[in-house]
Amino acid sequence: MSRRARPVLVIGAAGLALSLAACGSGSGGGSPSGGKVKVGLITKTDTNPYFVKMKQGAEQAAKSENVELTTAAGKFDGDNASQVTALENMVAAGVKGVLITPNDSKAIVPAIAKARAKGVLVIALDTPPEPQDAADALFATDNVKAGELIGAYAKAAMAGKTPKIATLDLAPGVSVGVQRHEGFVKGFGVSASDPSIVCSQDTGGDQAKGQTAMENCLQKAPDINLVYAINEPAALGAYTAIKAKGREKDVMIVAIDGGCTGVQAVKDGRIAATSQQYPLKMAADGVKAVAAFAKDGKKTSGYTDTGVTLITDEAQPGTQAEDTGFGLQNCWG
Amino acid sequence: MTGPAPHDAASHDAASHDPASAAPVSPASPAAPEPVLSARGLVKRYGHVTAIDHADFDLMPGEVLAVIGDNGAGKTSLIKALTGAFVPDAGEVRLHGRPIRFAGPQDARAHGIETVYQDLAVAASMDIASNMFLGREIRRAGVLGSVFRLLDKKAMRRQAADHMAALKVGVGSITQPVETLSGGQRQAVAVARAAAWARSVVVMDEPTAALGVKESGQVLDLIRRVRDKGIPVILISHNMPHVFEIADRVHVHRLGRREAVIKPSDYSMAEVVAIMTGALGVRPDGGTVVADSDAASAAGVLGS
Amino acid sequence: MTASTSLTAVGKEPAVLRRFLTAPAAGPFAALVLASVFFSLATDQFLSGGNFSLILQQVMVVGTLAIGQTLIILTAGIDLSCGAVMAFGGILIAKLAVQGPLPPLLAIGLGILVCGVFGLVNGLLVRTVPLPPFIVTLGMLNVAFALTHIYSDEQTVTGLPEPLTALGRTFPLGRTDVTYGSLVTIALFLGFAYALSSTAWGRHVYALGNSAESARLSGIRVSRLTVGVYAVAGLVYGVAALLLVSRTGVGDPQAGQTDNLDSITAVVLGGTSLFGGRGTVLGTFVGVLIVGVFRNGLQLMGVSSVYQTLVTGVLVILAVTVDQLSRKGTR
Repeated sequence: MSRRARPVLVIGAAGLALSLAACGSGSGGGSPSGGKVKVGLITKTDTNPYFVKMKQGAEQAAKSENVELTTAAGKFDGDNASQVTALENMVAAGVKGVLITPNDSKAIVPAIAKARAKGVLVIALDTPPEPQDAADALFATDNVKAGELIGAYAKAAMAGKTPKIATLDLAPGVSVGVQRHEGFVKGFGVSASDPSIVCSQDTGGDQAKGQTAMENCLQKAPDINLVYAINEPAALGAYTAIKAKGREKDVMIVAIDGGCTGVQAVKDGRIAATSQQYPLKMAADGVKAVAAFAKDGKKTSGYTDTGVTLITDEAQPGTQAEDTGFGLQNCWG
Repeated sequence: MTGPAPHDAASHDAASHDPASAAPVSPASPAAPEPVLSARGLVKRYGHVTAIDHADFDLMPGEVLAVIGDNGAGKTSLIKALTGAFVPDAGEVRLHGRPIRFAGPQDARAHGIETVYQDLAVAASMDIASNMFLGREIRRAGVLGSVFRLLDKKAMRRQAADHMAALKVGVGSITQPVETLSGGQRQAVAVARAAAWARSVVVMDEPTAALGVKESGQVLDLIRRVRDKGIPVILISHNMPHVFEIADRVHVHRLGRREAVIKPSDYSMAEVVAIMTGALGVRPDGGTVVADSDAASAAGVLGS
Repeated sequence: MTASTSLTAVGKEPAVLRRFLTAPAAGPFAALVLASVFFSLATDQFLSGGNFSLILQQVMVVGTLAIGQTLIILTAGIDLSCGAVMAFGGILIAKLAVQGPLPPLLAIGLGILVCGVFGLVNGLLVRTVPLPPFIVTLGMLNVAFALTHIYSDEQTVTGLPEPLTALGRTFPLGRTDVTYGSLVTIALFLGFAYALSSTAWGRHVYALGNSAESARLSGIRVSRLTVGVYAVAGLVYGVAALLLVSRTGVGDPQAGQTDNLDSITAVVLGGTSLFGGRGTVLGTFVGVLIVGVFRNGLQLMGVSSVYQTLVTGVLVILAVTVDQLSRKGTR
């Protein structure tokens, strides 16, 4: 009896799943329509607010440009396989162009090459592939510049003190993290191996890992007085660790990203300054570029800087900055 | 060996025929039949606990021998020693009159001793034929069998059906999973499997413990048919009515050794229980003596 | 109806249709067909040889892992380390061939063999200590993950020589381009389907999953069988590693991190019981195709990937529910 019921049950299950899918289709970008230009957006993950903002930018631009947007994401930071699969499926769906933030700069390259061979415009957002010209174009923050801005700010703010620096980095070999770190060191005016950098730890940009990393750094060098964090979650993790030691008044934290939580932390004085980037603009510009390509067949190329702004409420002489009011207006997340 | 013999061409275990089981040594006195399986002075100790204390054992050809005993009397240990589940510390086991040492249950099986375990040693999701031939599958002849290891499912199904038919077990299709069978039918499959492969002895550990009245009856019938095929059966049971219904002789085990071997027809159930608990003793001539009068009167056998 | 049937019915084959309907993979197969019909109607691009070939190519890595996973789950075990072991095998193959001293074919062979050793160690720990498969493979997941990152130095390996990418290439079949690797996966599925259904080894695997003790009492050398199954699964992960490398064209240290759960998902969707002893690899193939078809079809419809995850989750819960209910029904 139950054996016979099994296929029936599963068919019912499939039906339910499909109706779910149909609902998803409604909210995901409308039913397929023959005429509209299709644009794909593949983000690293779809949980990080940074990519949520990116998706919003793409959706807004898709509406104004009257194109159809389809989105996908990796399951975790570093998930190349899901991105490859999504890229293939989008090409099969007949997209005109794909915007992608590669999870693995090198590993995505063969898949991008296949898509481009089929005439699809591939624009990297935020993170360049390696080599950068593997994609048609790159719309991104200048990460080196973002690092330089907070480096220079920290240098000015630390004037007269002997710096003892902890750097909370992303992960080895990931270009964004490497560039930001390089930029910070350059802006601060020291060499990468300067003895003032007393502790360097990888955090993956994660708040909990940022906290652990900072705890370890303070164990190693209790007199740290400046913390560079790859992003604001890592910075806030570091703040928790520093506060636990009662040293939140005399340790300065600088970060990069400009997420709303991060800017709020700057406003509250937990983070001294942050470099704000604009994912919404990256995605919106990307969608517009694909729409233009569909119209006149001209592919955008090269690198487009989508801008970065130093956000702080305690501006230092010699550094250009906006206050947190501006930051909160333009933040993401 | 009677009944349809399973072909064991492809089976590594059953293939190793032991000359001892094939050609029994003639006993000293031709008048008394020689035991199929016997033991003398078996001892097994676990630390301070003596599970088997110089136990003797005899299974005669063509009989159903019930082994009974109180909980902790050491029945299971005795059976394990006889079926190779462990090696006794001392004593001797003989199969068809020849001394033998089983290195493991496999070894005992290779010598034609099959055991039906209490917890139904069948694979529930597999069909009857597969269970029957589990561990002794038949492969196809030729390259298909030797290189591609292809099973001869047809042959196994046919032979399994033959075995089931020989014991008059009706379970519908031989290809139905065992889990679709009732408890009694599953037990029947396990018994049929043991009977199919046993050349010397079938051992059954509490085969009716989990069954209802009707199903128990069917399994008892099955045991009788196995015996009628000529294979002696050792039946371990707590169920006195079942023992009295089917056993030719009863081995009463107490405190790690054989207390008595009796014929059920000579004693009442209450007396056997009294022997089992030590309230009564058995004289060499078959009569009983009161060993513990309080216990014996409590058991209701005083003055018999 | 069964108990009273006379013995004359014994040995007679059940009707083909009934056999199909009661096959463990019938439900999943119906779901796959239904989903395919739905996507064929909902999108213009779904129903084409090219798209089907694409789906096959997309599921070949997880599909191959799921073969090993099926073997282990059939023994009532589970393998959380498969994706990590594959990632290590992949990076080993790529790095040995690109930077290392080995010719590419030898690198491939060694990579597959090392994956087999991981499986062997899993099996030995599971059987001889003995330890629960969940714990052993959880530990091995971390070991393999760490080794991958240590050995790769967190660097993606590029510039792979030809033999490593050969299976990622395609050949034309009619108007469709078929990936060589997907043929390898299909061949493995067929091979293991045969081994499980038609050899003594396969029956012993099922018996082991039903009850290790009863398998032992039936004369099956349970330890050898268990260790063997894990080792064979490891070798299959090694083949998956090669397929991964050839599909992506790089050695990627981040690969495979969710593939353990993805492979379990495919196994469960294919109607194999997590309690062991019931299921088929062909069911797993259907399961892996269900995931692939939904992912592809929903993407073609323009549905965001979160909904694909949602749908997969719902399907898994339903599949397990069906398994549990049908087990109750037959008890």
